[in-house]
Amino acid sequence: MPANNLQIANGRLIDPGHGVDSNVDLFIAGGRVAGIGAAPGGFSPDRVIDASGLIVCPGLVDLSTRLSGIEPELAAAVAGGVTALACPPDTNPPLDEPGLVERLVWRSKTLGLSHVYPIGALTQQLAGRKLAEMNKLTQAGCIAFSHAKHPIIDTQVLFRAMQYAATSGYAIHLHAQDHHLALDGVAHDGEVASRLGLTGIPVCAETVAIAVALQLARATGARLHLARLSSAAGIALVRDARRGGLAVTCDVGIHHLHLSEMDIGYFDSHARFNPPLRSGGDRDALRAAAADGLAAICSDHTPVDEDGKQLPFGEAVPGATGLELLLPLTLKWAEETGLPLSSALARITCDPAAILGIAAGSLAVGSTADVCIFDRTAPWLVKPETLRSEGKNTPYLGYEMAGRVTHTLLGGRLVFER
Amino acid sequence: MPDRARNPQLNANGELTHLLSIDGLPPDVITHILNTASSFLEVSDREVKKVPLLRGKSVFNVFFENSTRTRTTFEIAAKRLSADVINLDVARSSTAKGETLLDTVDNLVAMHADMFVVRHAASGAPYLIAEHLRRVGRDDVHVVNAGDGRHAHPTQGLLDMYTIRHYKKDFTHLKVAVVGDILHSRVARSDIHALTTLGTGEVRVVGPKTLLPALVEKMGVSVHHDLREGIEGCDVIIMLRLQNERMNGALLPSASEYFRSYGLTPETLSAAKPDAIVMHPGPMNRGVEIDSEVADGPQAVILPQVTFGIAVRMAVMSILAGN
Repeated sequence: MPANNLQIANGRLIDPGHGVDSNVDLFIAGGRVAGIGAAPGGFSPDRVIDASGLIVCPGLVDLSTRLSGIEPELAAAVAGGVTALACPPDTNPPLDEPGLVERLVWRSKTLGLSHVYPIGALTQQLAGRKLAEMNKLTQAGCIAFSHAKHPIIDTQVLFRAMQYAATSGYAIHLHAQDHHLALDGVAHDGEVASRLGLTGIPVCAETVAIAVALQLARATGARLHLARLSSAAGIALVRDARRGGLAVTCDVGIHHLHLSEMDIGYFDSHARFNPPLRSGGDRDALRAAAADGLAAICSDHTPVDEDGKQLPFGEAVPGATGLELLLPLTLKWAEETGLPLSSALARITCDPAAILGIAAGSLAVGSTADVCIFDRTAPWLVKPETLRSEGKNTPYLGYEMAGRVTHTLLGGRLVFER
Repeated sequence: MPDRARNPQLNANGELTHLLSIDGLPPDVITHILNTASSFLEVSDREVKKVPLLRGKSVFNVFFENSTRTRTTFEIAAKRLSADVINLDVARSSTAKGETLLDTVDNLVAMHADMFVVRHAASGAPYLIAEHLRRVGRDDVHVVNAGDGRHAHPTQGLLDMYTIRHYKKDFTHLKVAVVGDILHSRVARSDIHALTTLGTGEVRVVGPKTLLPALVEKMGVSVHHDLREGIEGCDVIIMLRLQNERMNGALLPSASEYFRSYGLTPETLSAAKPDAIVMHPGPMNRGVEIDSEVADGPQAVILPQVTFGIAVRMAVMSILAGN
């Protein structure tokens, strides 16, 4: 059925990209935003959603979502208010062939739950040796290229990959972690890893890789995005590079905004992340970078089954489920830092949309009506049953969150309602 | 922020249910173990070297990493307490067939194990087991950590404390140096936590920067890179074993250069107090971390450590079993 005329009434509309934050109605027609505050001429709603006490904002945009099973994860996405997400290339098999990308795009379109934007592999098989067919992959639907969390050990290959991508203006997303410095490491090389006898990943593993990536971006002119930064020193390097005029962007994972090495406690494998949770000081620097807009915020959604976590810390699979925690944990961070809601929402809507170069994260008249409606204070308990994702792995299991999505619209179509 | 404060080795009454690490053990628990060990020491001198405290109980030695020496000392300790001892060399059996750690544990619980003595190459593995037992409602099965990765070797830490107390009585005025590969050593971590918990006057670590963990000073120790300076005026010197695979590579250029800088010789030992004792967890690399003249000399207490080790392990098992 084609999208109907919809009126979202009595809510607080926040469109961070356009400086909108007021109690106005949103009118949707033909799958697009047709009016704000006042209905367009001749508009008669087929349905009115009463958003009294709720916040209406653009559908969230996520810079990295791992889709283990596509259907449950996209259902989790819309339950978390996420209407556009980038899928990293470390799928099985990796996104290094146009056919695989086309299939992913087709499958997600068929489901019609959240827009999926594939990020192509920079090299074939993510092996770090031969370049992937970036032009063909772009035609198939890739919007950027990355190596996910696999290393590119050979700097010559990275240099050429960035040069080749720069030829056509493709964006490169890199996880900045030096392979050799991080080798065998499972936790931040600091107080907690030393105490627990865990092999450390030093901060210099990140800063060395950032320095290399920044120099190669300068040398090649490639558009560089640094994904999931973890350290204060890493943030400082990006800040300096931007001051120097380099158009580099970055993001931080939502769990890294809240947790530190201390949360490993007694070897809690749910606190195993890549990059690792670092010191409290590092976490504060990440929070500051997100607050002042240097960094966007990413769910870094990584579903890991129970078997992957029921292992000794160093053997456990890193990562956490994130799609359904992205909004509440962003709200929690905003509240703790006293940041205006509109600025906080920018980090998970218009900012990542700009980084991905996609038409999303906006509720201006004429924009596609991808909308997230949420109750800012509604409490809910993080439990396996309350998460739609197949990944139940998060250090927040058993904790209460405030902020819950009530409705999600994709192109004016209600795809989720609680 | 999630709360991770619960100490998994103590029950709600603060009593020991597992021995996983010395980190987080209250001083009175450590002292109680050492006092109990004293009472067991004479059992080993009897003609019948047995007490019936663990009669009818099954102690499973579950070694995911081979160690004949440590396993043997636990076996002797359990047998002197009259327990039935089952040795499982898991390194070569179940896990080689792909069984997970917790599957192995479930199987052994089904065989009515009362206590697991666990050694594993991964730091934290005994915590995973203890947490699993809690989740499946089998808190009555006790776990003793016999060495996990680089993390902890608590019975070694306790027997080292027993040895120090035996020769030096009080800890508060002592200067103790731990020398060598602190980075990879579970013994070093357990010794450091035990020494600081017992209020030792000064604890020092001595080694090259490549063999010291990041921010090691946060464990309450002072850091030294020169051996002579590090042991100067010390009452106790604990030498650590240098593993073969660390001797030539990115951490150290050679065993002989290591010996030249950090090997304990009669000459360097003279920097310590004249009555200083020299300890080593064994097995020793003579001519690498310690000179034979020191290892066999009058200040070495390395063999008494082994004897005390049996009594300390008896004490731990007997306390865990509720005696």
